[in-house]
Amino acid sequence: MIDTVIIPLLKIAVLLNAVLVSVTFMTLLERKVIAWAQSRLGPMRVGPYGVLQAIADPIKLILKEDITPARADKWMFTLAPILSLVPALIVFSVVPFGGDELFYITDINVGLLFIISVTSIGVYGIILAGWASNSKYPLLASLRASAQLISYEIAVTMTLVSVTLTAGTLSMVGIVEAQQEAGLWFGFVQPVAFVLVLIGGLAETNRAPFDMPEAEQELTGGFHTEYSGMRFALFFLAEYANMIVIAAVVTVLFWGGWLRPFPSVEILGFLDLIPSWIWFFGKMFVFLYLFIWIRATLPRYRYDQLMRIGWKVLIPVAIANIVVTGVVKVLL
Amino acid sequence: MIDTILEITPAHYTILSAALFSIGVVGVLVRRNIIIIFMAIELMLNAVNINLVAHARQLENMVGQVFVVFIIAVAAAEAAVGLGIILAFFRNKETVNIDEMNVMRW
Amino acid sequence: MGETIAFYVLSFLILSLAIMVVTARNTVHSVIFLVMSFLCVAVLYVVLRAEFLAVIQVLVYAGGIVVLYLFVVMLVNLSGEPEAHEDPRRLGLTGLALAGAVLLELAGIVVYSYSREPSAPVAGAAASPVQGNVEQIGWLLYTDYLIPFEVASVLLLVAMVGAIVLARREL
Repeated sequence: MIDTVIIPLLKIAVLLNAVLVSVTFMTLLERKVIAWAQSRLGPMRVGPYGVLQAIADPIKLILKEDITPARADKWMFTLAPILSLVPALIVFSVVPFGGDELFYITDINVGLLFIISVTSIGVYGIILAGWASNSKYPLLASLRASAQLISYEIAVTMTLVSVTLTAGTLSMVGIVEAQQEAGLWFGFVQPVAFVLVLIGGLAETNRAPFDMPEAEQELTGGFHTEYSGMRFALFFLAEYANMIVIAAVVTVLFWGGWLRPFPSVEILGFLDLIPSWIWFFGKMFVFLYLFIWIRATLPRYRYDQLMRIGWKVLIPVAIANIVVTGVVKVLL
Repeated sequence: MIDTILEITPAHYTILSAALFSIGVVGVLVRRNIIIIFMAIELMLNAVNINLVAHARQLENMVGQVFVVFIIAVAAAEAAVGLGIILAFFRNKETVNIDEMNVMRW
Repeated sequence: MGETIAFYVLSFLILSLAIMVVTARNTVHSVIFLVMSFLCVAVLYVVLRAEFLAVIQVLVYAGGIVVLYLFVVMLVNLSGEPEAHEDPRRLGLTGLALAGAVLLELAGIVVYSYSREPSAPVAGAAASPVQGNVEQIGWLLYTDYLIPFEVASVLLLVAMVGAIVLARREL
């Protein structure tokens, strides 16, 4: 009873709190990093060096007036941000943050497919948000955003098939253990897949340079135009939670999860003093920084360029990657 | 009597699948909106899937689950083509009421 | 015990959501109820220890097919309500009666077949050389059922081409 119910509930509580707090501070991190990239300082007023800005923003959003458009579909309007946030949080239950059983909630034998399938539920939040707002700009933006999401989902899923071929298992812990056995992070074995998942992950979370659906210049705020207050905060939380999910998944699949660099070389055994979860969070942080860096640097893709990349570039490369992986796996 | 309620046999799953199937039949026969009819057909396919998986588990034979994979693939293909037909029809006649979809040319 | 509670809760959810799918007035509400019922069916597959099928159900059905339905509903629903509940061409009671007949027939088949003595036990699967749900399905798909697998992939290709040809604008 204790270890089948109480301990997982405690782990879930800790994990949810950690994710929500880190998502809040991600907003501050993004503003700071983009500011430094643009030779300015970012939020500096609230708290020392602006650290408490991350707490001030949610307080402001909670205290805002909650407006629902006049003829909007009330149930769908409320359901859309929930359908956006909850799948992003559910995915964390299969991500292994460290080497021990303490560090993950569960390890199901179809973990990788579970992640893909739950993130494909997140599309509903966007479609419903645009539809329920009963307004033209959000509807168009949500159709564009969901078309973008499902296109890149195909490319990412195909790429993850080749990763599964390399690792021989679908469970997330199993993939890290396969990297430990091979003595090599899969980022070196499958560099093409790594780049594809990175690009596809950026597109799936509507991050720059693929953030046409939220572009304020083109679509006046995109699919969350009519949302204000806490519901808008939920959409934002969902986007950053998705970003953390992609960073975590890329870390587990391609950068060894919780393994130290060169896990089978004995000389570097002193690196084992650093606990496994610190390795994991360090690598995840590198990818989060990379995402924000990309946003600060690259211009936005136009919608037709975006769709062209998704269908005509990423999918053929992903299929070619599967074929090459299969051939190499059979020959070796 | 309490035993049949408390212990889940594949017969329970088959009755669930029969009930879901007949709800799908109600949807196909009663509703006039063609998209709802399509969705009721998907409900019927799901009912069949539940039946197959329950029996695959009881007989410890994975062929039932393989069959379900094929049914899901065929359902996806059918949904895509069916919705394409609906869109093509809608572009010509501006209706989704199947009582008005009764001419071959207009 | 856990399976009993899970089965009854899930079957109640699945059947009530299915009823709401076929009786909702707003088509978008129908689609959302359909998604929820598919998710409950996926949980039922997990109870039946078919994890791969549960994930495929969520990925393909709930995350692919129903998104397609939602798109079409949004493209088609943009002008007024197409459904008149007082439409005289509707045959509500006849439909319900026929569905009730189908249900009674199926229930009769179930009761009949489960009250008889089981015939010679079905030869279960030969011991599969691999362990695990995904591996066993994969083994069967690539050895015994390879031809249906390839035919299904050609079918999906044809469906994709057909859907694109049917739905494109004649420009």
